Amino acid sequence: MTQIKMHLLVCGGTGCRSSHSELVAKALNESLANHGLDAEAKVVSTGCFGFCEKGPIVKVVPDNTFYVQVNPDDAEEIVKEHVLKGRKVQRLLYLDPEKEKTVSDDRHMTFYKKQIRIALRNCGFIDPENIDEYIARDGYSALAKCLTEFTPQQVIDIIKKSGLRGRGGGGFPTGLKWEITSRVQADQKYVICNADEGDPGAFMDRSILEGDPHSVIEAMAINGYCTGASKGLVYIRAEYPLAIKRLQIAIDQARKYGLLGENIFGTGFNFDIELRYGAGAFVCGEETALIHSMEGKRGEPTFKPPFPSEHGYLGKPSNVNNVETYANVPVIILKGPEWFASIGTEKSKGTKVFALAGKVNNVGLIEVPMGITLREVIFEIGGGIKGGKEFKAVQTGGPSGGCLTARHLDTPIDYDNLLAAGSMMGSGGMIVMDEDDCMVSIAKFYLEFTVEESCGKCSPCRIGNKRLHEILEKICKGEGTMEDLEKLKNLSQVIKDTSLCGLGQTSPNPVLSTLENFWDEYVEHVVDKKCRAGVCKSLMKYTIDQEACVGCTACARACPVNAISGERKQPHTINQSICIKCGACMEKCKFNAVLLQ
Amino acid sequence: METVKFTIDKKTIEVEKGTTVLNAAKKAGIDIPSLCYFSLDGMKIENKPGGCRVCVVEVEGRRNLAPACATEVTDGMVVRTNSMRVLNARRTVLELILSDHPFDCLVCAKSGNCELQSLAHRMGVREIPYQGAQSTYRKDTSPSIIRDVDKCIMCRRCEMMCNDVQTVGALSAINRGFMAVVAPAFEMNLEKSPCTYCGQCVAVCPTGALTEVDHTRDVISALADPTKTVIVQTAPAVRAALGEEFGLEPGTLVTGKMVTALRELGFDYVFDTDFAADLTIMEEGTELLDRLSRYLNGDKSIKLPILTSCCPAWVNFFEHNFPELKDVPSTARSPQQMFGSIAKSYFAKKLGIDRKDLVVVSIMPCLAKKYECQRDEFKVDGNPDVDFSISTRELANLIKLANIDFNSLPDGDFDHPLGESTGAGVIFGTTGGVIEAAVRTAYELHTKKPLPKITFEELRGLEGLRSATIDFDGLKLNIGIAHGLGNARKLLEDVRDGKSQFHAIEIMACPGGCIGGGGQPLHHGDASILRARQKAIYQEDANKPIRKSHENPYIIKLYEEFLGKPLSEKSHHLLHTHYFDKSTQIIVE
Amino acid sequence: MAIIKLPECKVNQLKEICKSFNNDSGELINVLHKAQDVFGYLPAEVQEIVAKELNVSVAHVYGVVSFYSFFTMTPKGRYPISICMGTACYVRGAEKVLDEFRRELGVQVGESTPDGRHSLACLRCVGACGLAPVVMVGEKVYGRVAPEDVKGILAEYANL
Repeated sequence: MTQIKMHLLVCGGTGCRSSHSELVAKALNESLANHGLDAEAKVVSTGCFGFCEKGPIVKVVPDNTFYVQVNPDDAEEIVKEHVLKGRKVQRLLYLDPEKEKTVSDDRHMTFYKKQIRIALRNCGFIDPENIDEYIARDGYSALAKCLTEFTPQQVIDIIKKSGLRGRGGGGFPTGLKWEITSRVQADQKYVICNADEGDPGAFMDRSILEGDPHSVIEAMAINGYCTGASKGLVYIRAEYPLAIKRLQIAIDQARKYGLLGENIFGTGFNFDIELRYGAGAFVCGEETALIHSMEGKRGEPTFKPPFPSEHGYLGKPSNVNNVETYANVPVIILKGPEWFASIGTEKSKGTKVFALAGKVNNVGLIEVPMGITLREVIFEIGGGIKGGKEFKAVQTGGPSGGCLTARHLDTPIDYDNLLAAGSMMGSGGMIVMDEDDCMVSIAKFYLEFTVEESCGKCSPCRIGNKRLHEILEKICKGEGTMEDLEKLKNLSQVIKDTSLCGLGQTSPNPVLSTLENFWDEYVEHVVDKKCRAGVCKSLMKYTIDQEACVGCTACARACPVNAISGERKQPHTINQSICIKCGACMEKCKFNAVLLQ
Repeated sequence: METVKFTIDKKTIEVEKGTTVLNAAKKAGIDIPSLCYFSLDGMKIENKPGGCRVCVVEVEGRRNLAPACATEVTDGMVVRTNSMRVLNARRTVLELILSDHPFDCLVCAKSGNCELQSLAHRMGVREIPYQGAQSTYRKDTSPSIIRDVDKCIMCRRCEMMCNDVQTVGALSAINRGFMAVVAPAFEMNLEKSPCTYCGQCVAVCPTGALTEVDHTRDVISALADPTKTVIVQTAPAVRAALGEEFGLEPGTLVTGKMVTALRELGFDYVFDTDFAADLTIMEEGTELLDRLSRYLNGDKSIKLPILTSCCPAWVNFFEHNFPELKDVPSTARSPQQMFGSIAKSYFAKKLGIDRKDLVVVSIMPCLAKKYECQRDEFKVDGNPDVDFSISTRELANLIKLANIDFNSLPDGDFDHPLGESTGAGVIFGTTGGVIEAAVRTAYELHTKKPLPKITFEELRGLEGLRSATIDFDGLKLNIGIAHGLGNARKLLEDVRDGKSQFHAIEIMACPGGCIGGGGQPLHHGDASILRARQKAIYQEDANKPIRKSHENPYIIKLYEEFLGKPLSEKSHHLLHTHYFDKSTQIIVE
Repeated sequence: MAIIKLPECKVNQLKEICKSFNNDSGELINVLHKAQDVFGYLPAEVQEIVAKELNVSVAHVYGVVSFYSFFTMTPKGRYPISICMGTACYVRGAEKVLDEFRRELGVQVGESTPDGRHSLACLRCVGACGLAPVVMVGEKVYGRVAPEDVKGILAEYANL
């Protein structure tokens, strides 16, 4: 039997699959077979590499060659050149935009240089559908260690000492949460994994589940051991079919290996996991809403206390943590709490995964140490702003977060600093905006989301957010007044102050942070009736340059509402009261005579 | 009792552990406004979604404001209920609620009795600064209840009543966000839903979203029609609550004033449903004894327990939910319908008029009665036995409309023959009353001996489920009592599963029985009002010279002159009914 | 009294689904997922049967169905079009793409074309932010879609 000398890791994350990485994998396999190399080199479909901007990605190990934007047609060349002859395919390597030089090893790419991958440690390295590969990377040894060497309290103490805080948004100390659940007496307890990632623009939980599902399973079992729960439940978005599939495969494999089920490692510890599906409700990220949803009810939150740790799923004590939080746990056990606590800032330890998106060059999933600055993330890892435009703002924390500006670029990122700056960590969405983004519209966008996703249970969130959105709409239409800005402020404060759950308590953040950081832009919309980014259609005006217009009538014919009049061969004019600002005239004009102001 | 000490508006007080800020504040003389919160103390009925956020207070050390209704007091807690921050938040929240509420207060059925309106008044709201789109829905009118969902503020009280207390399941919160509202499935009409018309949703709705169908105009028209003889019957629970609408203390009996008022309104005869209640006892009591003796003699075709059937919402409930048990309840019609049937046969004949020229109006504490009197089986050639059923609240409106100064009215007496009743008829108005009345008669009919003691304290109370064993001179009769349909469901499930130990069960749909009916003056969650009404009912019973139905001379006369004897063919025809399967049917194509 | 009419095979299929979850009302959402898989949508009749089988009120079932955006009571098109409205897609112009689809199909979000070929929906982040803006037609993902591409995408399905 020939030994496999080379692995071709093909990213099988949703991002790369959307650009047909499966076909790449298939082509590679075919090519290997054609060249009789299938015994020496193996194609592995892995989880997300993170560098989604350049997908599909193929990484060759052991020499760590990182190919980007690979097409199925490129497979033959990779096999023929690289696998067979050991020559790297230069044209598929990443081109460092600054040095204008290709980089073959991802460790030397600026995108990866500042990253520390703990939660994402296995994503892109292992075949997530093969438990042996997880085990080969020390998988399940943390569970074994806990069960055989530590008491539940000792494990809790390790987690407490590590300083790990919940990665789902709030940042509650994980060890403390476990301890509270462990101390409640009950005949049945539950360990729950919140995989209902709902922040539009965050996809780290899915990437972990798609790329390294066993790490979550292992951590849940450890949690079960600590809290005294024999049952685990993963509440996962139904919109994540691939993650569901891989998680189910992983659970089945773990059961087969005796790592889930009864008498795990012969220690008498029983633990098993079931899946529950979300059905499209952002509010179900809130733990009490999530629990109601798991019980087959409307996902409405309830007032806390009682906390789920006392009164959770089916009224039993339940410990809820999110995917990324769990993914950190096995490493902390193996490498020790001191190691973990050495990374990060004083109150925020370890790393955080961010989904970096928007107007940056390198869009993707990154994991960085707490305390890194926004500047490092956006300009080094992210490779700066797309198209050389001006950085304007970065939005963190999704619909619960806020927009930060250039002023905050050198702020070290951690839970407390982001909160102090009027935003929050949230689940880790990080959307970069440039000069073409209108901040009033961005606030409106988030409010639209919140209005859509509010459960409707409490009045400030149900009605207040609707009113906030209406006022923002009014401002974008150019009908806003200064009094409206005052209303926005008061309403936002009251909604934050009085809403029932985290959704409503944070939903005005996009408004408050943009009011705070981009007040001038609001005033421009209201007083000058101007949108500097050119986003708010109603504030724009199409006019015809009387000098440039030759009277060809093309614009008048293109206008869907007959707003343009003028004699043939005479300059035309646009009736502003009829114009719907569709821009059709501008598109049709061959003489650049239609102007947008 | 474990207690905690806390400070509220600079007052330090000690309260029992587990007390909410809202209730603790009351003890300190601080009345925090609330809206969605609702409870009937001691009856295990509580609505605490923490949704309206009107009751928010400032708790020291807390980032945001806390809802007083859902926050428990802890030791050393410092609470402020009237800081600028609280007052501004509370007002803004109320303004938001009002901004999604129709502005038709002047013509709203709930005007003057609306909790949202009084809150706006209390907080001095003079304008609504946050105006915008309003959520609008189709209006729905059923035989008993009108839903105007535009006025729903998502307090969830009706949902709690319909599901947790009544287990009817006609209503649920639907949609989400701004369009979230409480409604039947698919926003269908109530008439197509499993609604029983118990009216408890109406009884707790703080706004005009749920109201009764108003029949006062029909009554006025009938009274004004010279070709019609208009008679009225008043249910027992009405007299114990009507006074509240005129500012009298809860529990004030206003039987005499009510009779006078009805006479002044122009009714030709003022009769009493209590008379028909006595008649019900004759039929139902005899049916009980008949079934019981046949059962004890080994007749396997006889099903026990026998269930009372005077509550129309309860009848609707088992027709929807337990159609397989439709042979179990007594076939006796409700007192309202027995009255109508006798009025339009026996009494019409006495007057020498056609039944179509006799209009029977009933004053009921109930909204299901409106539906009941429209049922086809209670019509003769399309003419209903009871033409219009109006609620206690509607009667009060009618009295006010007619410029009658209720409180200064002299006492009047019911007319004969259908106005004479016994104490047994009166106690129909409270939970446990029907079965007590039945026992009084059945005991004497069965044992042929006079009752040693007329009252049965063991059957009384406000516990949702009660039971007692009554010794019928050696025959031990197990009796069950349920009020609230959720409690009824438990007993019914036992009956269905063959586990019931009872010989007879009394069921009333509304918590407290008819005194807590959906048509009564609104109690706004004050359970002491229900207790006062119950006390008044038993007082009225104690005041009566005759307290056993079978001793009512007019009942005796009715049987002699007209019906023959209980369960006679004529009785069956006029006083009994049958039930229908109204459950959801799946038809396979 | 509600009267539900459904073909026998469908009724049995639904009962099987409910049974596979032990007719446990706590599994309502899982049951509805399965039912929607089978029927494509959740018409009132289906909800009535699920309610009956799980012994909960149909109002409760509808309360749940109308709460979650994943559940629908209107049949989807044969090739449902979903436009990602996640933040990354939004800032990269998803709204303009949506407008173009609206215009080309002549339907609003949540509606289907009269021939039943396409339905139009917005969805939250599909996690392909690197390809923003993203459009899905059925299972197929289209990345970096510009308004000009819309006609071409629709043409792929014109004769299907």
